[in-house]
Amino acid sequence: MVVPKICGIETEYGIVHTGVECPDHALAASLLINAYIATAIRSGNEGPVPGVSWDFEDEMPGNDVRGVCVAHSMAPRVEPHLVNSVLTNGSRYYVDHAHPELSTPECSNALDVVLYDKAAEQIMIRSMAAAADILAPHEELIVYKNNSDGKGHSYGCHENYLMSRNTPFSDIVVHATAHLVTRQIFTGSGKVGVEASGLSAADVPFQITQRADFFEEEVGLETTLRRPIINTRDEPHADMRAYRRLHVITGDANMSEVATFLKVGSTAIVLAMVEDEVLPKQHRFAAPVQAMRQVSYDLSLTKPLEMFDGTTATALEIQWDFLDQARKYANTHGLENVGGEVVTTHVIDRWEQVLTLLETNPTSLADQLDWVAKLRLLQGLADRHGLSLDDSRLRALDIQYHDLRPNKSVAARAGLQTLVSPRSAQAAIANPPRDTRAYFRGECLRRWADNIVSANWDSLVFDLGEGRVRRVPLYEPTKGTAALVEGLLQECESASELLQRLANIG
Amino acid sequence: MSQRNQIKKSKPAQNPAEATQASVATTSSVDLKANLDELLDEIDEVLESNAEDFVKSYIQKGGQ
Repeated sequence: MVVPKICGIETEYGIVHTGVECPDHALAASLLINAYIATAIRSGNEGPVPGVSWDFEDEMPGNDVRGVCVAHSMAPRVEPHLVNSVLTNGSRYYVDHAHPELSTPECSNALDVVLYDKAAEQIMIRSMAAAADILAPHEELIVYKNNSDGKGHSYGCHENYLMSRNTPFSDIVVHATAHLVTRQIFTGSGKVGVEASGLSAADVPFQITQRADFFEEEVGLETTLRRPIINTRDEPHADMRAYRRLHVITGDANMSEVATFLKVGSTAIVLAMVEDEVLPKQHRFAAPVQAMRQVSYDLSLTKPLEMFDGTTATALEIQWDFLDQARKYANTHGLENVGGEVVTTHVIDRWEQVLTLLETNPTSLADQLDWVAKLRLLQGLADRHGLSLDDSRLRALDIQYHDLRPNKSVAARAGLQTLVSPRSAQAAIANPPRDTRAYFRGECLRRWADNIVSANWDSLVFDLGEGRVRRVPLYEPTKGTAALVEGLLQECESASELLQRLANIG
Repeated sequence: MSQRNQIKKSKPAQNPAEATQASVATTSSVDLKANLDELLDEIDEVLESNAEDFVKSYIQKGGQ
């Protein structure tokens, strides 16, 4: 049975500190976030909350869904000493692995994920401006929304989807692998050259994704080494008996709103269909890791992938099958638990439009898909100046496509279609989504930050000055919504009254 | 392959709005071409002036 496809995105951004001798990335990321928080407090903006830090009590990134911890497997470290803050829009802004990272609040649908991803970009832009006020005039902090430095170092843009614990993990593995490998044709942000060992830019001058080069396993716990297509981290941040959280680590960070929308929307439907056991066909690759790269390297979108049963299929054919099943699923099961009828019908229609154009006229997607937009600009620049494939200006353009500074960003100039207005993204910097537990977290932080000592995805810890702290669990991601608690929060004069009333409700 | 063709044939009839959307996208792609020169002018302006140094110095720590 399908459970509501609550979802979100966590993005690790690239960061550059110019004007210093030996830039330290972790320090630069801390500076960036602290500057944002200090400035927002000074200006009285409602964004970040002073003094409320992340609570690591329930962090268990080493838990493996397979029930055993593989001896040589490397679970991610928890880094409580680095900057960690919670914002009133329900998101988490922190330093992770020497990158600034922002996790969106839990969202009920793909359009809200786009909205909060855009709000995150605005937060980065404000952070850079705040840092500029603190740094020496010749220094600058610059944030890039990409996934690779072109020199073999990658950093992720992860998606999270709430799933039922009753669904066998093996079912998720087979269908999610088929989707994650083939959805690259619309999720890719494009990259000049190749970073997989044994290949050079002569072999792969340009590829569809930033990330495909970095996957070496089919299934596993790692996120920083020997990355797997399916990540087995078993940390639901919710009621462990009812839920899993599928932690998807293969995706690119997208500048295009349409790409983010389709990436999250299509994946949510595929996972819902897995839970409802409606997918008739298993698309098993003979070699998933190679298939991942093959799709990323094939700009013609026509090279057949070898399947486990000896047949072949292209990424487009497999995507057409998922889309066809999604249409049927929408008719038979409805989309109430998969982002709602309106948004997810839009996902399905857009998905079909994009697959059609990928097949018939891919260049016409230059205003919708990042890799197509980037490739068009690279070819235009190369033609205009007669550049060879290995010219630095092409690599520079690749990096600068993802530059978030408004006066430098190439993506911002590329004429990409938008799905959310700048004004609503602006509002989403301060306000949480109304239809997930992020509402309770964000609204409590806005009202009673002085009484909250820490927060995380599934709890808030209050200190009412009575000598002990009180933890409010939020194990149900679909509760704590405006529909359920807005009235209660408005009636309470204080955090103390809120806790009293919550205790009475039991 | 045959399954895919079948899907594509059945869709326009089921969903006339889709055809409209697709043609909108095609129109905008004509605009895209016309705008490319203008866009490249702008890119020439904002692109880091010393591309080689810029690309060399863009180094990140590995992350997740």
